[in-house]
Amino acid sequence: MILSIQNVVKRYAEHTALAGVSLEIPKGQIFGLLGPNGAGKTSLIRIINQITAPDEGQVIFDGELLQPKHVELIGYLPEERGLYKKMKVGEQLMYLAQLKGLSRTEAQNRLKDWFIRLDIKDWWNKPVDDLSKGMQQKTQFIATVVHEPKLLILDEPFSGFDPINANMLKEEILGLKERGTTILFSTHRMESVEELCDSIALINHSQVVLTGEKEEVRNRYKKDEYAIKFSGALSDTAAFQVVSVDDSGNSAIIKLTQADGTNKAIAALIKQVDLLEFKELIPSFNDIFIQVVEETK
Amino acid sequence: MNKILLVIQREYLTRIQKKSFWIASLLGPILITAIYAVPIWLATQDKEVKRIEVVDESGLFQTADLVDKEVEFKLVNKPVADLKANFAKEGYTALVHLPKDILSNGKDLKIYSEKNLSLSLKSSIERVIEKKVRAVLMKEAGIASEVYEKTQVDVGSETVTVSEKGDETSSSSGGAMILAGVMGLLLYITLLLYGSQVMNGVIEEKSSRIIEVIISSIKPYQLMLGKILGVGMVGLTQFLLWIVLTIGLSQVASKFYQTSPIQQKMEQVKKADPKVAKELNDASPMAEVTKVIESTNIPLVVGGFLFYFLFGYLLYSSLFAAIGSAVESATEAQQFTFIVMLPIIAAFMMAQFTMQDPDSTMAFWASMIPFTSPINMMVRLPYGVPAWELATSMTLLVLGFLACSWISARIYRIGILMYGKKVTVKEMAKWLFYKG
Repeated sequence: MILSIQNVVKRYAEHTALAGVSLEIPKGQIFGLLGPNGAGKTSLIRIINQITAPDEGQVIFDGELLQPKHVELIGYLPEERGLYKKMKVGEQLMYLAQLKGLSRTEAQNRLKDWFIRLDIKDWWNKPVDDLSKGMQQKTQFIATVVHEPKLLILDEPFSGFDPINANMLKEEILGLKERGTTILFSTHRMESVEELCDSIALINHSQVVLTGEKEEVRNRYKKDEYAIKFSGALSDTAAFQVVSVDDSGNSAIIKLTQADGTNKAIAALIKQVDLLEFKELIPSFNDIFIQVVEETK
Repeated sequence: MNKILLVIQREYLTRIQKKSFWIASLLGPILITAIYAVPIWLATQDKEVKRIEVVDESGLFQTADLVDKEVEFKLVNKPVADLKANFAKEGYTALVHLPKDILSNGKDLKIYSEKNLSLSLKSSIERVIEKKVRAVLMKEAGIASEVYEKTQVDVGSETVTVSEKGDETSSSSGGAMILAGVMGLLLYITLLLYGSQVMNGVIEEKSSRIIEVIISSIKPYQLMLGKILGVGMVGLTQFLLWIVLTIGLSQVASKFYQTSPIQQKMEQVKKADPKVAKELNDASPMAEVTKVIESTNIPLVVGGFLFYFLFGYLLYSSLFAAIGSAVESATEAQQFTFIVMLPIIAAFMMAQFTMQDPDSTMAFWASMIPFTSPINMMVRLPYGVPAWELATSMTLLVLGFLACSWISARIYRIGILMYGKKVTVKEMAKWLFYKG
């Protein structure tokens, strides 16, 4: 585990942002932190970044109690991110990299590599004011990863990215994962969760309401429903129930009475109809998200 | 610590790279020099030697009677009517007509000129004529001119301060007052100027949303401290530039002054008569400055200035930083900046009274309370302040700074993360007691 969050409580004057949150984030994964707005994601991220301290509970980073020296091992791209507008891109990144503990020469060498890699060599002396939004996002991303953190925290990283830059970012994230970086990825865009995450945790009303590996969570929420295409007349049997039939009368959704009863269901089906297609309905994370949030209201 | 240095470095370098910094650094000394150089320059321009024609119908005057250091007289024996038409064309500034009965009726003296005469020229002319007329009248009355000379007395005083040990120093109350006023004003301006620079820097970080990235790398108080120290160093750099440039410009200006015709003529007069030379030297502005420098404890005043600037600035700028952290724009900050500016303005107003009476009860308290002491103690210092008072005031100021910076850091760490909420003073007070 790179990060172990144990019973963390954070209270503000008028509300409790985190009411005893526990999470285990395995090394080398892309971990999705999901949840509606105001659920407590940002509060948790700020605690991991040591911007605020928890009122109760503790955070263990790579086997040690979280402490100031760890900021150099963590990279953070906040949702609301900015840059010093009047500073030049190069100077600014040098400053941010040195704040993360890199020496001058180290910072300079690594930044030069990144500038070549992202094909932005001629930006070094440009003031940030002159950059387009996409260019600023690239700059912010470099600032987040230049010190090669063990843990990378990205809060809604894709918001405001155009498709080309979003794709670049996705590839960089996957590249970092390959090189062993753990990525904590906070979002409510479910398509990027499906695409990138290995594990997820869903936070609602200051509590973790769902956590696990992506496939395992999906399996947990499947309802043993199957979409079928057929010709003939369909009716309930001991092996399945018909949930719905569409207007054409050729496709329907059935629910198995037994979790592993696919063979029985198919046997029962082919007695009734000519079966053309039989496919398991796997819930999308969008569905799961909505379902869980509704349930935990 | 290393990270605070990085912040200081960034704050310092980005500020001194700005054009506005250099404009202010250059304009300051130019303005200061101009404030005193221009009037002197204008005065010397005006005082070039004027030529004046004199028609004497009384027959009392000889060329030897008509001598003045700023005016060159020429006796002419022609009808006034003819001269009136031509004196200006011939390069004379004025034409003086002395009537026959000048002795009995001095008011009949007439001066013709093309433009309005300056007051000083008019009085120069009148003085010369008065002198001769008086001499003639005294002679008629049988009074020797030596008697008159002897009755002309000039009372002047020298003020001397006596310390408890009995040491005497020649003091200059006028000079001390000028020094006090200049330093009070300088502190007042810089406290406001650099305090609000700190505030704007905090607002910039918050409104551009860079703040969250920065404080994921360093602690908020480190950022606040780095910013305050960085801006403070910009302030000290500006002082240094102002001092060096002002001295440089003054040198250039005084070169001009020395080569002006009036100054050259004065030098000639000094050479001719050592007694006059001494009088002139005593009356010149340089003599006053020298006297101030001689009678002031320069290391104490300079050291005091640096101390009170540093801690006054630290105290106020930490409060300005707290305000900057709680708001999202400069306009929103205005209502709060007033609270911090009020004591600075009050201190400056008190300083006006302190300057009049540096040993009054009000002056004492104003120079003890940390919010008003930087300006008021600086105003008192040139007049001389007992050591225990100075020590108490300094201790209180340092304690005041520690208290203010503690309060400010507590507000700051919460404020910089607050968005989309109008903050009240009451709420800021609550932040003081928030945990972590």
